[in-house]
Amino acid sequence: MASRLVPALLLAAALALPFVAPTYYVQFASKAMIMGILAMALNLAVGQGGLVSLCHAAFFGLAGYVLALVAGRYDPPSLLTTLPLAVAASAFAALVIGALALRTRGVYFIMVTLAFGEMMFYFFHDTQFAGGSDGAFVYFKPVLDIAGVQLLDLDKPLVFYFVVLALLIGTIALLTMLVRSPFGHALSAARDNERRALSLGFPVFRVRLIAFTISGALAGLAGYFAAAQFGFVAPQMLGWHVSATALVMVLIGGLRSVTGPLVGALVLIGLEEVLKATTEYWKLAEGLIVIAIVLALPNGVRQLMPLVFGSSGDDAAAPAKDKVVKSAAGASHG
Amino acid sequence: MVEVVTDVALRAEGLQKHFGGVSAVSDVSLDVRAGEIHAVIGPNGAGKSTLINLLSGDLSVSAGEIILDGQDITHLPPDRRARAGVGRSYQKTTIFSQFHCYENVRLAAQAHAARPLKMFGNVRSDADVNRRTAEALEKAGLTERADVIANHLSHGEQRQLEIAMVLATAPRIILLDEPLAGMGQSEARRIVDLIASLKAGHAVLVVEHDMDAVFELADRLTVMADGQVIASGLPQEVRMHPAVRTAYLGDHGDAA
Repeated sequence: MASRLVPALLLAAALALPFVAPTYYVQFASKAMIMGILAMALNLAVGQGGLVSLCHAAFFGLAGYVLALVAGRYDPPSLLTTLPLAVAASAFAALVIGALALRTRGVYFIMVTLAFGEMMFYFFHDTQFAGGSDGAFVYFKPVLDIAGVQLLDLDKPLVFYFVVLALLIGTIALLTMLVRSPFGHALSAARDNERRALSLGFPVFRVRLIAFTISGALAGLAGYFAAAQFGFVAPQMLGWHVSATALVMVLIGGLRSVTGPLVGALVLIGLEEVLKATTEYWKLAEGLIVIAIVLALPNGVRQLMPLVFGSSGDDAAAPAKDKVVKSAAGASHG
Repeated sequence: MVEVVTDVALRAEGLQKHFGGVSAVSDVSLDVRAGEIHAVIGPNGAGKSTLINLLSGDLSVSAGEIILDGQDITHLPPDRRARAGVGRSYQKTTIFSQFHCYENVRLAAQAHAARPLKMFGNVRSDADVNRRTAEALEKAGLTERADVIANHLSHGEQRQLEIAMVLATAPRIILLDEPLAGMGQSEARRIVDLIASLKAGHAVLVVEHDMDAVFELADRLTVMADGQVIASGLPQEVRMHPAVRTAYLGDHGDAA
């Protein structure tokens, strides 16, 4: 009951927000949701797959750069062509990097992904084709035109907000479906014991590569909208700092649920906003609070939800199936 | 001849495995027939575990070939071999320790479903997988423990779980690497009975140190020493074999 009530209330609040809050906060909420998509995307690799990636900013930034590069100076770019292109570029990068990095394990995987991420950073930083270290502008926000009729103009903060909200919900739906599917269970099984997953017959490398690619594509989705929102891309968008921030969001929110990282993103970005307004040393304060959260709630702030609202829904690794066993056993007897 | 071929589930021919200059398995040929338990014994370092790893694909062979039901699986990776019908347990219990007992076995059944990596649909809605999971749990005597996290099972129950997982993959051949290792008397009894029941419908190859269990279970016996087969045959024949008595059963001084 409560597990359905909470999302419903949150959704109602999200739908009402732009009509009661000033534009600044609507944009702020859009930014937070975009980072939430990035964190949830990363968590498919980290939480479900056990693949601690430090190059997701590269997928995030690459999609932003694709938008900046294909968008014209004089006309708004079309959402219909630039978005798939940007996401496909990120997916392809994730496929290539994943195919190489997934040959390593554990801390080596972290280091290899970090190295690939930094390669992408320096590629955009040290070459001039996309503005080098100065970055590049996205002069117009994308629009959705079909047969000459303008359906969506992302230049309007309200439209932008609702598009991002829809994508956020879509991302949650997609990830929830994946995590609950046979594919998702195979992915987390390989995280728990790779050798056993292999000897049962799961093609572990392929499962991980597919998950890593989907994760990278969703990070690209977030990056496209981040670039569209700021109207600007810079190499820092691809740097390890953004990757690490997304990882912190995952850790704050909790690894074992789809929406935990979203909560983590909202907490971290909200925290930053509050601390920036109160103290000059906000980074120090933020660091201390993050440490406190991770120490006090090793499974993330998401673990507070059941305490407050009763049991919650989407934990992939806790399949309580008393009834299934009994009924299936009964069927085999009868 | 034809009769024998159809009977043989798994055949290994001239298997070799070298690690650098060291030869762990230098020349091993054996076959395992459907409906029999074939035990492999030998002193420590004889290459028994290496042999199982070669058969399961956990290690790649240096030379030789492995035939499963007439199909050459010598160069298949472990997951493809598992799909082809090779199931195995490990010397050190290898299960999904963070998952429920049920989920462990269900994953095994899922791995051999028609579409094991389907990206939509709830995993619990596959009736065929659920049925095979329940059957394997029951056969291994774990139905009552289905809701326990695997990590919280006793050592003996974890070994039972590993066998239940192998059963749920409906294998042609089951490879068991020291299934009784580190087990108390009563636990061992349960596992021996379980292993004895496996040969109905499966070919079983078991590596084991417990001689009482080996002579109770084995239909045929292969003795290895220094990476080679030194004797093979019915348990009574092998027991009497002079080379075996020197290398393994009798003279402990020379065995090391």
